[in-house]
Amino acid sequence: MSALVLLLVLPLAAALATLLAPRAAPALTLGSAAAGVGAALRLAQTVAQDGVQAIALAGWAPPLGITVAADGLAAAFVLMTALVMLAVALAAKVDLAPGRAGARVAFGFWPIALLLWGALNAVFLSRDLFNLYVGIELLTLAAVALVALSGKPGALVAAMRYMIFALAGSLLYLLGVVLVYGGHGTLDVGLLAARTPAATDALALALMSAGLAAKTALFPFHVWLPPAHAGAPAPASAMLSGLVPKASFVILIRLGFEAMPDQAGAGALLLLGLMGAAAVIWGSLRALSQPRLKLIVAYSTVAQLGYLFLVFPLAGGDGAAQPWAAGAWTGAMFQALSHGLAKAAMFLCAGLWVMAAGGDRLTDLRGLARPMPMTAMAFGLAAVTLMGLPPSGGFTAKYLMMTAAFASGQWGWALVLAGGGLLAAGYLYRPMAEVFARDCPVTPQPVARAWQAVPLALALAAIVLGLISAPPFDLLQVGRPAAAEVGL
Amino acid sequence: MTAFLPVAVLLSSLIPAVVTFFLDQEAHRLRNALTLGGAVLKLALIVAMLVAVAGGAAYEARLSLAPGLYILLRLDAVALLFLSLSAVLWLLTTVYAIAYFGTKAELSRFFGFFSLCVAATTGLAMSGTLISFLIFFELLTLSTWPLVAHKQDRPSLSAARSYLFYALPASAALLIAVIWLEAATGPVVFIEAVDFGALSENSQRAIFALFMLGVGVKAALVPLHGWLPAAMAAPAPVSALLHAVAVVKAGAFGVIRVIYDVFGPERVAALGVGVPLAALASVTILWGSLRALQQDEIKKRLAFSTVSQVSYIVLAAALASPAALVGGLAHLVHQGLMKITLFFCAGIYDERAGVKRIDGLDGLGRRMPWTSTAFSVGALGMIGLPPLAGFISKLYLGLGGLEAGAPWVLAVLAGSTLLNAAYFLPLLYRLWIVPARDGAAGDERAPGLLAPAVVTALASVAVGVLAASALSPLSWADLIVARGYLR
Repeated sequence: MSALVLLLVLPLAAALATLLAPRAAPALTLGSAAAGVGAALRLAQTVAQDGVQAIALAGWAPPLGITVAADGLAAAFVLMTALVMLAVALAAKVDLAPGRAGARVAFGFWPIALLLWGALNAVFLSRDLFNLYVGIELLTLAAVALVALSGKPGALVAAMRYMIFALAGSLLYLLGVVLVYGGHGTLDVGLLAARTPAATDALALALMSAGLAAKTALFPFHVWLPPAHAGAPAPASAMLSGLVPKASFVILIRLGFEAMPDQAGAGALLLLGLMGAAAVIWGSLRALSQPRLKLIVAYSTVAQLGYLFLVFPLAGGDGAAQPWAAGAWTGAMFQALSHGLAKAAMFLCAGLWVMAAGGDRLTDLRGLARPMPMTAMAFGLAAVTLMGLPPSGGFTAKYLMMTAAFASGQWGWALVLAGGGLLAAGYLYRPMAEVFARDCPVTPQPVARAWQAVPLALALAAIVLGLISAPPFDLLQVGRPAAAEVGL
Repeated sequence: MTAFLPVAVLLSSLIPAVVTFFLDQEAHRLRNALTLGGAVLKLALIVAMLVAVAGGAAYEARLSLAPGLYILLRLDAVALLFLSLSAVLWLLTTVYAIAYFGTKAELSRFFGFFSLCVAATTGLAMSGTLISFLIFFELLTLSTWPLVAHKQDRPSLSAARSYLFYALPASAALLIAVIWLEAATGPVVFIEAVDFGALSENSQRAIFALFMLGVGVKAALVPLHGWLPAAMAAPAPVSALLHAVAVVKAGAFGVIRVIYDVFGPERVAALGVGVPLAALASVTILWGSLRALQQDEIKKRLAFSTVSQVSYIVLAAALASPAALVGGLAHLVHQGLMKITLFFCAGIYDERAGVKRIDGLDGLGRRMPWTSTAFSVGALGMIGLPPLAGFISKLYLGLGGLEAGAPWVLAVLAGSTLLNAAYFLPLLYRLWIVPARDGAAGDERAPGLLAPAVVTALASVAVGVLAASALSPLSWADLIVARGYLR
């Protein structure tokens, strides 16, 4: 219980503290991230043992008050986020030191990063549509600020484009929330699940879904993502790519599976699935032709987010008859979690490589495996997860989703999953081959082994998620909505 | 204890792998000690279990992944056959590799992946469920890539790319096959009969074809074999491991598991997929030999010979008669011993005499007698000269063909034997009879390289001569079949 409160309050308090004491900002962030990992572990343990942890704020139960609650899904995402934040804080300590990145970035990064973390936790733990709106708005503003942080013209353009998409998305979401409130007089997810459906529900859900899809960079709303994620400093990119899209996705899951599972039409589910499949294919194809590493990794995010949306047509189906019922829903969560870890690891590797080689064009990276073997290993392991090869969290995700696809006779999605893995191998092989080439044209700046260990630890976490997948699997089942089992 | 031993066998190479990655490049002694220590320990554990399994004991350990889904490590007789082969040859290859690389650069990476590769093979051998098999099969693919690319020059990187180009689509095929099957039947455990009721016959055929595509790339079935000759660019110890134990054998082992433990030979026969597979294996046997004839480089010729020889095992599995299966299982070991001898020797010729091409072998027999004798033993065994190992395999395979009502197998064997002789005898002729060229140099004063080659050559003689003894691979194969591997 106290862990839950701590996770909500700590990031915001730390953000304020870094403003008051800018010199201590890296240490403050590191300390709070470490405490956050501890609290998240504690929370996950409590949830796994005792079930869903809920607090009615100020003692007022909904519909009068609002609740925050940690189910398995929330606990897992909060833990993944805390791990990534800790790695990001460690990486930023080197990458964004005042001497390297400039005073503005060095000053601005820490409070914004903490704010972003607080917003993420708020989204994962909230059960009220308006609370979720506040969380996602705060998240968007922090994310846009991170993109614009460097102040370079390209970054500002990317941030502007991101903001336009994100604010349009917010507007659509808010419209939907207004319709829901008008129809039912409550915004609590739990109460909405038990509501009598109103005529405006379908429209409200459509509006909210469209808004959230834009924020999650679902194809064809993805155009803002690659320049924004590739242009930010590497530790910022790690958060932007690994964590931020997961927040809007979690809200989509809460809406679709918990609040209004009855409103999902077959056509809408198919549409979401098709857009996800298009994202997998288009994002991968674009990644194949990028000349710069960070753009490859960013387009890969577009593709990897696409998998998540296959959960809508896949969840349930005939899978309920299998011993791994609700496989697709759990699989999508595994995909989101392992992608978060692996993608953050990749961006942190990219940051170290840019630091060493001075650029992120593929030709700049030639031969970096020799001076920096641990980052090469980290990138390779992260690539294994993104390709969905065993043993990794990405594999567990793919296995569960593909099983659901075959069990429910929807083979097409299984082919998307398999083909996406091959395309990922194609686009990730290009940087790997350069890094492993023997000749190193420039003498790279030395990077301490300890810093190389940070992305390696994240990538290993993504592998471990697949190797020891029973505990996270069981955690995700705590408080799992019924719709995840019987399908939409 | 029954759960501890399989895990310990796996860890005996997994722990050295992980630790080695973090060792300093200069820590040669520590690294060698770790790798060798792991190899010796593994062998000791396996010998202990061999004794127990021969007496009827069974070992298993499981790691849960999701409800109903688990990694199962189980030691049955088939697993132990493959496991002992890999453990023995790994130890010898480690000795060879340590001598081969000396104090070159990037050895922590090399030996790390080397041990990881063996860990994957070990896991593969012990896999008791389809999902465990899949996981270790892919781990093997991934851990071999850095070994093939080890030299990091252009040919190695292109060979490594070609390897993934073949292997990853095969992984996708295998993954689809496994999931398609398990979505209909539930998780497949190798000891339990699989209920195919929910699948139409054509679906079953399609799944079988996908399985063969998935494991066929590793087994180098024509036309999926292109990566194997290209992988010659790898260092000699890697080639030895690739051709004798790790990759191609994993493919052949996969064929056996799919036919006998997933589908069952009767279903394979009923579906009518056994005969096409046997035909494909026969084509591979002949095609590989024909291509081997055309090669001028020693390692390339050996590589095409592997393409041909591994398909003996596939042919045996597809024929599904008891004698053929005994021959196939024994050949899994025999081919490993003979081929690793040949690759060890090819590496010695390259390292100590600078000879890569066949015409460079002229007169080397006298200057490098030990190497050349070992090489000759391996080559004669491959041809199938009685009483060497290859003869035993071919004998049982031929008998099995007759037993299965497929006398054409004899023609394939005869053709293959002629071709084997045609591509190996000229090498022996050059080694022993053609006089040395002027200015040719070379010596074999490298005990670390020579000893493993001599040991494997001796072993390949021993398994042939002593085939009737209770300890031979043939008797073990007999035991496997007698225990009802043919359901």
